[in-house]
Amino acid sequence: MDSLRQVGEQELEAIEVGAGILGTGGGGNPYIGKLRCREELRRGRRIDVIPLQELDDDALVVSLGGIGAPVVGVEKIEQGEECLRALQALEQELDQKIDATISSEIGGANSMEPMLTAAQAGIPVVDGDGMGRAFPEMQMCTWSIYGHKSSPSAMADEKGNVVVFRNTVSEVWLEKLARASVVAMGAAAGIALAPMRGEFIKKYAVPDTITQAWSLGKAVFSAHDQHLDPISAILEHEDGRLLMTAKIVDLKRHLKGGFAVGEVKVEGFGNYQGQSGLIDLQNEFLVFRRDGQMEVCVPDLIVVLDSDTGMPITTELLRYGQRIAILALPCHDLLRSPEALDVIGPAAFGYPDLVYSPLPRRNHAGGIQ
Amino acid sequence: MYRIGIDVGGTNTDAVVMDGNKLVLGVKSPTTEDVTSGIVASLSQVLKESEISADQISAVMIGTTHFTNAVVERRRLSKTAAVRLCLPAAECLPPMVDWPDDIRDTVGGHYWMAKGGNEFDGREISSIDEDELRGIADEIGKMGIDTIAISSIFSPVNGEMEQKARAVLAERLPDANFTLSSEIGRLGILERENAAIMNASLRRLSAETVEAFGKALQSAGLNCPCFITQNDGTLMGSEFVKAYPVLTFASGPTNSMRGASFLTGEQDAVVVDIGGTSTDVGSIIKGFPRQASTSVDIGGVRTNFRMPDVFSIALGGGSIVEPDEPVTVGPKSVGYRIHSEGLLFGGKTLTTTDVAVGLGFAEIGDAEPAKKLGSERLSAICDVIDEMVVNAVERMRVSPEKIPVLAVGGGSILVRDKVGELPVVKPENFAVANAVGAAIGQISGEVDRIFSLEKVSRDEALESARKKATEKAISAGAKPESIEILDQEDVPLAYLPGNATRIRLKVVGDLDG
Repeated sequence: MDSLRQVGEQELEAIEVGAGILGTGGGGNPYIGKLRCREELRRGRRIDVIPLQELDDDALVVSLGGIGAPVVGVEKIEQGEECLRALQALEQELDQKIDATISSEIGGANSMEPMLTAAQAGIPVVDGDGMGRAFPEMQMCTWSIYGHKSSPSAMADEKGNVVVFRNTVSEVWLEKLARASVVAMGAAAGIALAPMRGEFIKKYAVPDTITQAWSLGKAVFSAHDQHLDPISAILEHEDGRLLMTAKIVDLKRHLKGGFAVGEVKVEGFGNYQGQSGLIDLQNEFLVFRRDGQMEVCVPDLIVVLDSDTGMPITTELLRYGQRIAILALPCHDLLRSPEALDVIGPAAFGYPDLVYSPLPRRNHAGGIQ
Repeated sequence: MYRIGIDVGGTNTDAVVMDGNKLVLGVKSPTTEDVTSGIVASLSQVLKESEISADQISAVMIGTTHFTNAVVERRRLSKTAAVRLCLPAAECLPPMVDWPDDIRDTVGGHYWMAKGGNEFDGREISSIDEDELRGIADEIGKMGIDTIAISSIFSPVNGEMEQKARAVLAERLPDANFTLSSEIGRLGILERENAAIMNASLRRLSAETVEAFGKALQSAGLNCPCFITQNDGTLMGSEFVKAYPVLTFASGPTNSMRGASFLTGEQDAVVVDIGGTSTDVGSIIKGFPRQASTSVDIGGVRTNFRMPDVFSIALGGGSIVEPDEPVTVGPKSVGYRIHSEGLLFGGKTLTTTDVAVGLGFAEIGDAEPAKKLGSERLSAICDVIDEMVVNAVERMRVSPEKIPVLAVGGGSILVRDKVGELPVVKPENFAVANAVGAAIGQISGEVDRIFSLEKVSRDEALESARKKATEKAISAGAKPESIEILDQEDVPLAYLPGNATRIRLKVVGDLDG
């Protein structure tokens, strides 16, 4: 697969779809971010993508994105340069120039902001991210897991307020303080986290995920164009497996600690007639059980698609009676280490009894590794 | 007293007379280029055939696709000024940023962004600057634009800023007409603003159309009030339509579903409307269509209207059948040419209707050519058709209850007494279901806003939403004692403090008088 070196309007459309799929039901809608990137391109700015391996070891890379409530983001759209101001605040704080941006979360809306800020700052965006999917909290990304400390970090709102967190004693504390600030800022702001060295990023970022989102989106589009099954295209592209084609027969959602949590009960149809399934969610889809038996769980990706169009369905859009395809996609090995599982394994989401067993990957010859 | 319901479709203008809840008579006549003369013709015909005098008609309800078509065809849209209260937020995506170029050009593409807007919890993003607005008014005036759409961030939570801005602009532009986004749409600034701008651009056409409808009624000798149906199946008075033409979008499928529900007496059902080329499947709950929750594209513009959730498949009475294995049905259709191309009418093409006739589901034309395929082959084809319908119905079914399937439309002979495990009901007069749907319209009121459940309980918040919705319904003409809740939904919002919950609630009541 050729890696993407520059993002134009067409690439944005494909990344939007790919990022939606990798959002595993959460991550926010990339639509507004896509429009904003498009506007930057139409103003003559460029979005350059730099592959991980081309980064200098000394390069300073900042992960940044929007922070807040997705439902606020569709109403109070950003002024436009929040993340740029946050990035500049970091440069000022450290008296160093930032060389590239990176997304902490390729799944959903935060796929777009680092591209946008990179275009505004005239620097490239790194082809990779910190999750390879979406997770509900900031510290659930590879750089936090593998020891990067996110202070100093900076947040900016649309009004011109900038907050710098010079020192936070843990990543969880940064999340807490940032959440408190973002509420004061009207539940939508931009945040730039402490810069990382190229050397570190090369080792710990989930690689090539902008290219992945782009080519995943392209695969869906081309399946549509050729009237092929988009779900097969996604499975083939992502080395994933179809868990079930099913219909939603019950749906429970409620709030717990600021997160939308719930469960989706499904009944299989087609080849899965007679089976029942249960998906647990907490902003994203977490656990899939078949006939009561856990089969897939975080950090592997559970993706829910409209069974006809192959378009991703977010947790907010789930409804009784929907016919869906449930897919499992293997996560990157960086998310499977013991230290990663402490943060993003089933126990971290309140399932101490579930044991994560990695979804097997097929090699490209078709056999199981 | 009687009511008349009219459906102005692309091909036919249908009219029905209703006596209370009883259908007296329905007629069809061709839709005309000017729309009005078709309405006059069908009104005169229905009055004549039912032998009811004009003074016995208490109201006329019209369902029309006139305004949707104007947007789709980019015709007769007024130049519009879009004013958004938002700065410093939302500066990066100006109004109409996601519109196709041709429709943006048609309405002029003129926009202004000004200080204002609210936070999710009601705080101000910034205060309104009246001088700034006066400056904008002068610019709009100089351009000769008299149609203005005002949007403001979080205006569904607090609409005061939009109202204030209207007052300031109106001082300098006394003849302008204003559309406020808070009166039209839900949360989602771009979609709501798009709807407001579209609405503004349609207001001149709307005023003309309402006047033309009034004249049509007069020509038919009717002096009763005239209502137009909106997309949730409820009614709008003439003055209301003049102000909010966009609310008529997609009233067609709504009327058809509501009509099917009414004709069969079923309040909770799946409606299958089979035409010549395609089948629309939707769900009705308590007699009203289930609404789609995603954004809706109209003429290429994203909006968040209340639209019925309709799933369409390429199956109709004219769908072309390939009888050999693997059997395929559609998506190609002979459509209205079935009368010359279908086997049953002496043509050469095997259609779904031939299969139905060959199996004896209906007696139309000549069944013999289809019968030559043999009953085994016909049954195999029929199984494929059944499976298409079952899949579509299962997709739209909203509960595990064995609710009935209401089959309407000319192609409804394709379904038999069951769809999967669900019983099928076919109403008489299915051909005029749309006009019946218009005639039975009620009045609604709706609220969609975010409540903080920190200081009030969920029940108190719902009660406050219900009161507000009831007030809206009464001011739109509903009989207070008949008002009941149609649906309510509360969705907890992630990442917000104070247990913020978005409540959507809709009430309906009977038309007063």
